This record gives sequence, structure tokens and C-alpha cells, in this order.
Amino acid sequence: MIRIEQLTKRYGDTTVLNIPEMDIPKGQVFGLVGNNGAGKTTLFSLLLDLIQATDGTVTIDQVDVSTSEDWKTNTAAFLDDSFLIGYLTPEEYFYFIGELRQVSKEEVDELLAGYADFFNDEILNKKKYIRDLSKGNQKKVGVVATFIGAPELLILDEPFANLDPTTQIRLKELLTEKGKDTNTTILISSHDIQHVTEVCERIAVLEKGEIVKDLQTTTKTLKELESFFTK
Amino acid sequence: MFLRLLQLQWKSYRRSAAFTSGVITSVFYLFGMLYFIGMFTLLGYGSFYVLDEEMGVEPLRFVNQYMIYGTSFWVVGRYFFQKMPVINIQALLTLPIKENTIVHYALGRTILSFFNISNAFFFIPFSVVLVNNGYPFSQVLSWHLAMVAIVFCTNYLNILINDRNDVFYAVAGVLVLFAVFQHYDIFDITAYTGPVFDSFYNDPIYTLIPWLMLLFLYRSTFTHFKRRMYLDAGLQVVKKDAQQIQLGWLNRFGRTAIFVKNDIKLILRNKRSKMTLWISLMFLFYGLLFFTDSSGGLYDNPVWKIFAGIFVSGGFLFTFGQYVPSWDSAYYPLMMSQNIVYREYLNAKWSMITIATAVSTLLASFYMLLGWDVYAAVLTGAIYNIGINGYLVLLSGAYIKTPIDLTSAKKPFGDKQAFNAKTLLLTLPKLFLPMVLYFVGSLFGGEWIGYMTVAFTGILGYFLKNKVFDLIETLYKTEKYKTLKAYKQNT
Repeated sequence: MIRIEQLTKRYGDTTVLNIPEMDIPKGQVFGLVGNNGAGKTTLFSLLLDLIQATDGTVTIDQVDVSTSEDWKTNTAAFLDDSFLIGYLTPEEYFYFIGELRQVSKEEVDELLAGYADFFNDEILNKKKYIRDLSKGNQKKVGVVATFIGAPELLILDEPFANLDPTTQIRLKELLTEKGKDTNTTILISSHDIQHVTEVCERIAVLEKGEIVKDLQTTTKTLKELESFFTK
Repeated sequence: MFLRLLQLQWKSYRRSAAFTSGVITSVFYLFGMLYFIGMFTLLGYGSFYVLDEEMGVEPLRFVNQYMIYGTSFWVVGRYFFQKMPVINIQALLTLPIKENTIVHYALGRTILSFFNISNAFFFIPFSVVLVNNGYPFSQVLSWHLAMVAIVFCTNYLNILINDRNDVFYAVAGVLVLFAVFQHYDIFDITAYTGPVFDSFYNDPIYTLIPWLMLLFLYRSTFTHFKRRMYLDAGLQVVKKDAQQIQLGWLNRFGRTAIFVKNDIKLILRNKRSKMTLWISLMFLFYGLLFFTDSSGGLYDNPVWKIFAGIFVSGGFLFTFGQYVPSWDSAYYPLMMSQNIVYREYLNAKWSMITIATAVSTLLASFYMLLGWDVYAAVLTGAIYNIGINGYLVLLSGAYIKTPIDLTSAKKPFGDKQAFNAKTLLLTLPKLFLPMVLYFVGSLFGGEWIGYMTVAFTGILGYFLKNKVFDLIETLYKTEKYKTLKAYKQNT
């Protein structure tokens, strides 16, 4: 699904990301952990062609993201609140995304009905603009919007941050459910190693822009990650 | 403590965009300030002589007579443009600083506002000229001090009535009514208010009144502020219920409609973008300045009529179009990662501009009353706006890259970063090329050939749409990363 080759990003003399090679096969649930400044968001921004790589390429489905825009039809992402449109109500935002992805209003409604539990009655029909929602509720809107149109690649930056405990647990269930679908590839970054080990099949640790660990999740993974970060 | 707070203020000023976004921007900003200061000083200095010698009226009495309108104008102007002093207060609340100090600081800070300082540049030279011309110093001083108090009264009044639209519109409405009454000699309010202002000059004791008023207003603002120094009271951002807008009927226009629907919501639901509608309306009447005698014949020249024609229908084009794609700056990463074809996106913006220009042209049909040649200028301007300027604003938009804070209504003009060399260059063809075209055309056969030349250029531009859009599209694509970066930095 995703192939990274010789990817580097430098600002002046500092290299913020350097990944010689990485493949993420279709259907994998891939977790990215690392401390602040490790390069998680940089990597995601490069995958989405939001910043320009200094060197190397990223391809999604054999399409180089920096030269073609074809990858956009089957990719959905939520990195931060710059992916939300503050002056829309959540419904209007969902319909807008739906229109862009050629999903009808009715289908969007149907999809949203399935997330009633997740929304916990705080999102829909509240007559509120997204900019007036709490951070946690904004995140719910952003995450669910990425599900519209069943994209094959989901990229979520820190999806668990700012969520209340109940919603964190529900989101974990949701992502695990989605992960079972062999057509959907999911990329998640998080500061919370426990969440990541519960959800992801494979976990990579980024440190100072480099992948220092790349693990298939087993029962021992959490321990291993804990000892890695206890330095 | 006060000194520390002032240091903070100084840093925020030094580090504001005006001083950190490059030399050219700073120079423009400085020039802008100098321009205003110069204008006010000139006005203060020159108005005495103009009033005295040219118009043959007693300058001080004349100024006093119309001061009621001046005062109201300050209130209205401030209401629209002056920032409330609440910003950055939240961070101070939990620090060991006395609440009174914070409030005094917040209120005191407003003294340095442009609206207060600029008045000094008018009143000081005016007063000096008065004294030089034999008016007694003590009486002029008394009058001057009264004016200072009144300027600051409007300053604090503005803070008190902030966000009270009802109060504001009531006051503004009454005022316009008085102005109309006066114009038609029905009722002259200045006959009653003029003497009030005269009295500050006649007897210094009356000057105490505005100062007492100022003291009272300051106290009220102080208590008003202090009582509401809580996150869920005065420092809270007012949340309004979402309004429903039915735009389903637009769907027939296909994918362009997706963005048009969004843009309509954008304009109606954000203060900053709503201003574009008001300014467009003002632009609509801008032509009156040129087409009637109110400019004293200064612009009584067909070339300037084209200039005015461009403005009359181009209000929306200049205020909205100029800032494409910055309106979407807050969520530009979303737009760039969704499957959006640039062409559709740009076409939607272009359609908005075109429709608004057409509507403005219709609304401007009252110019027909001033003569067919006047409306011809408006119409020609509109054709040029649609055919050429519509593209040009999109082109300059690619270079502006000023993130727009949608929720803030202040500073609709003069977003400092909006000045840069490239956009200035692009302003020239928007305004002056049609004037040149008209001039060249009129050499060959007078006014009508002149209009035809401009209109024909516009029509030609319209038919080259696909070619031009190719160009704009490539430009937006090459600027994509820079734009994303610029939007991220300041939002």
C-alpha cells in the first residue's frame, strides 16, 4: 500500500526525518510512537504531500504522492484541527466531506447513525458550530469524517489525545473493528503506548527522525516499549 | 508591576507581524502610519486657514458646530475597528497580580490606540494655529483639554457598548436621521450642540464637565470590566446557535456548488468575511464621489470615470477575491488532502466573484439617473472586472498567503502581510490598465470607442478562461507547500 524510499526531510542543517526504506502492506494497522519532536507528524505530512520531502519518495498504491493526486480519492486523514471547518456544524461538515468523496447525504446519515454511541449524543443536532465544540468533541468529528466513503487508507495523528476515557475505549474498539477489514490500511500515531499496542498489529518507534524499532505486536511488545522509553 | 506589564506590551508590539515579516512590509506599514499622521497634521494645520480665508467662517465656531458629528464618527469608527483590550488577559489571571492592576492596565493600554493618538495630530496643530492667530492661550487650552477628554470618553464608551449591537445601531440610526434632517433644513441639531462645544472655550469652568464625564466613564468601565473578569463572563467568547441555511437548490450546478455552498456559509457566519459584504456595499456608492460634483470637479474626466466604474461593481471582487485562498487558510491542509481538483475549487471562487459583480452591477443601475454615460462606465467596469480582474485577484491570491483569522472582525483593511511587491504589481493592471485602454481607445473616436475598448478587452478575457485557468492552476500547485507553511505559522 505505502512504500517509502530514501525519505529525508531537512530544515537547514537539521535532519528531522530519515527513513531509508519502509513498506506498509495493505490492510495493516500500523502504529507510530515516539516522543515529542521525533518526527511523527512530519512523516504523516509527507505521506499526505503537505510538506515537500528533501529527498526520496512516498508512493501510495504505486502512485508518487508528490507528482500525482490520484491517491487522494482513497485516502482520508485527520492530523489536527486544521482538518476541520470551524464555521460549519458537524452535520454540514460531514455532508461536505461526503460531497467531495461522492457519498450522498442519505449514505452519510446512515453512516453517522452507526456512530451514535461514539458521539454520545454530543455532536449531532446540537445547533453548534464545530469551532464551539470542546477539543474532544472536535476530535470525534474529525475522526468519524475520515470514515466517510470507506477510504482504503486512514491516517490519524494522535486520535486518542483529548478524548474522555469512555470515548478512548470506544475508539479503540472502533479501530480494531476497522482493522479487521483487510482492505483498510490504518496508520495511527500516539503518545500512549498502551493504546497503540492494543490496536496495532505493527508498531514502529521513531526517535530523532529515524525508525529505531519496528515490531510485530505480541504480548511482550508493551513491556519492550516501556523499557525502551524508560531511559 | 505596571512596568512589567508594559514590557510585555512592548514585546508583543515589537514581535507583531508588522516588524517581523520582512523589510518591505515594515516600510509599507511605516508609510501607512506616516501618511495618516501627515494627513491629520495637515488637516489640523490647514483647516484654520481654509475655513477662515476660503470659506469665510469663524474656524473654531465652525469646528464646534460640527463636532457632534465628529464625536459620533469616532464612536462608530471605534465600534467597528478598535480592538477590545481583553486579549492576553487570561494568562495573567492566575498570576500573583492584583486584579485592579490588571484592569487598570487593560484599560490604560487603550490610551495608546491609533484612534486616540491620531486625534492628537489634528487637535494639537489646530490649537497651536489658533493661538498664533491671536486666540487667547488660556481659553484655547481649556477648549483643547475638553476635546482630549471627549476623545477619551468615546474610547471608554466604546468599550462599554462593545458587542451591544442594539445600542450601537440605535445611536447610529438617530445620528443619520439628524444628518438627513439637517441636510433638508428640517431640524438642525448643531444649533443646540454647537454652543455646548463653544462653552468650553468661553468659560474654562465648563471643561470640568467632560473631564468628570471621563472619570465617570472610566470608573464604570473599570467596574464593568472587573465584575466580568471571569472566563465564563467578560472573557468568554460569545457562542451563537448555528443558523440553518438552505442551499440545496445550488446542487444543480454540480461540483462547483460544493464549494460555493461552503463559501456562502463562510461569508455569512464569520465576522471578518461578513465585512466584505458591507464594504462591497460601500464601494457601490463610491462612484457618487466621481460622478457628482462633490469632488469639486477634480475627477471630472472620463478616464477617472472608468476608474470609478471598476470600483462600483468590484467591491466584492477586491475584498473577497483578493484573499482567495486565504479564506480557507484555517483548514487548508484539509483541502489539500481531500480529493479536490484545483480547477473546481478555483472555478467556484471565480463564480462567486462573477455573480457578486453581476449583482453589484444590477444594484448600481441607479447610476442611470446620473446619465447614460455614467452607467456605461459602470457597465464597462463590470465587464472588465469579470473578464480580467476576476483572474487577476485569483492570481494575486496565490502570492498573498496571509492567514485570515475568520472570527476577528477588526482590521478588515490593511492586513499587514497583504502588502508585498508581487501583489502591488498585480494591482496595476486591475486599476490602471483599463484607464490606459480607455485613453487609447478614446483617441480614436471619443468616449464611446474608449468604453468599447475596455469592454472588448474584458470580453476577450472571458473567452480565454480555460487558458488562464491552466496558468492559475499551475501557479497554485507550485505555491502549495509555501502556502501551507505560511498558513500554519500564523494561525
